[in-house]
Amino acid sequence: MNPKFWRHALRTASVLVFLLAWQAGSVLNARYQYLNPILFPSPLDMVRAAYDEAVQGILWGDIGASLARVFQGFGIGAVVAIPLGCATGYFRRLEDCVDPIVELFRPIPPLALLPLFIIWLGIGEMSKVLLIAFSTFFPIFLNTTEGVRSIDPIHLRAALSLGANRSQIFTNVIIRSALPSIIVGLRLGFALGFFVLVAAELIAADSGLGYRIQESRNFFLVDRMFVGAAIIGVLGFSFNYALRRLEDLLLRWRTTIVQAQA
Amino acid sequence: MGYELQVIGVRKVFRPEDGRAPLVALERFDLAIEKGEFVCILGPSGCGKSTLLNIVAGFLVPTEGQVILDGVEVTGSGRDRGVVFQEHALFPWFRVWQNVEFGPKMAGVNPAERARIADRYLDLVGLGAFRAAFPKELSGGMKQRVAIARALANDPKILLMDEPFGSLDAQTRRLMQDELTKIWTATGKTILFVTHSIEESLLLADRVVVMTARPGRIKTVLPAPLTRPRSDVAPDFVALKAELQGLLKDEIEAGGEARPTTGNNPGRQTL
Repeated sequence: MNPKFWRHALRTASVLVFLLAWQAGSVLNARYQYLNPILFPSPLDMVRAAYDEAVQGILWGDIGASLARVFQGFGIGAVVAIPLGCATGYFRRLEDCVDPIVELFRPIPPLALLPLFIIWLGIGEMSKVLLIAFSTFFPIFLNTTEGVRSIDPIHLRAALSLGANRSQIFTNVIIRSALPSIIVGLRLGFALGFFVLVAAELIAADSGLGYRIQESRNFFLVDRMFVGAAIIGVLGFSFNYALRRLEDLLLRWRTTIVQAQA
Repeated sequence: MGYELQVIGVRKVFRPEDGRAPLVALERFDLAIEKGEFVCILGPSGCGKSTLLNIVAGFLVPTEGQVILDGVEVTGSGRDRGVVFQEHALFPWFRVWQNVEFGPKMAGVNPAERARIADRYLDLVGLGAFRAAFPKELSGGMKQRVAIARALANDPKILLMDEPFGSLDAQTRRLMQDELTKIWTATGKTILFVTHSIEESLLLADRVVVMTARPGRIKTVLPAPLTRPRSDVAPDFVALKAELQGLLKDEIEAGGEARPTTGNNPGRQTL
């Protein structure tokens, strides 16, 4: 077996051991009543609760509502941030105009603006989607700008001497060269969007995973609160994994064969 | 006039933005190169030889004077001048064949024809087997060969080479010099080659242009009528080398306080 196999085996085993220990701890606790078992459900209790929610039909609705918000917000944020970031990284004058404004807004935690967004846009989807768009904008914009700014001038000279015009240089050199940085921005933006999504749903929503946690609290359904958190974790992990695979695929030129085997 | 390239009275002054004294990099530089000729520019570090190459390439505008390529004045960079840089400058996100076909692709040549051109020049530099590799997977010498193929794929009138083998180890460098001589013989291209190595200039050039320390002027132009393939132990080679060493020694002493050249590092580039 190769070393890669053993690494994966160990990582998987680590998760399984954690779940088993949790399950065992819950079973022992249920017998000896050391802590109130209602407050500390076991992994199997969570599976049962998730199954009930799925049968009731609320689980898929929650996941769908949450993902719709995060993807719409993330999409809007990326569509605004990437072109603006490219232009800002490329034109120094524009950078001097845009940069101070971005730096003024960036330190504000997006959640501080949530009440404002609700007053402006109501309690519906728009306030949450735009808040997610707002928060994803910054990491994507900043990483895109940085990626464009750090282009090696020798690549621009090479492209010029080979007869490329401005738009050809943009598509063949600038975007390509900045892509690793842009993808990092997308990953950070997505993680932040998820964070803001759940917080917004806890405060102001009538569907979604964050809303379900809040609602379960009201009915003292602790196992369902755990289910909500666990599903958010799994979704976040899955999308981060998918973005990393996409990164590997798009950026094969960055790793050498030797590194890829290591 | 049978000249492929004429550099007429070129002068270049850099005026630093931070208020330091202006820097005269080149002073009254005149040079004419015939079609198919291989000319080396030899000079100490910081003498302005890279600046001259960047002016001919169109990356820098001369303060005075003009550059005429095949009867037409140079006003910017263009596909009629192929440039090979000191660092390979390949596009790392493109595979080897995509790098080589870059010029024809920008000119709108169709994909089949582009692939044919890329294959032809990759075969010329002996890297046909590596067409699908990424630049990262190649050694330094191989990268420079791809860079030469990429410059040639546009069928330029002149090849401008800025110390292209400077970062290679001695043995690879020697191989590349032989390789370049073969490529030059096979294609008949006019080549302007910048170097600070006396041996390199004598192994390659028909004529060696010796520059003074800053501000860079032509000190002397030395024909190198040696038979090819050249040997660095042949008596006539050794004699010319001694002559060049004598010429350069004064300049290196004179240029001891020279600041690093600004010719290679333009910082943020405006297009």
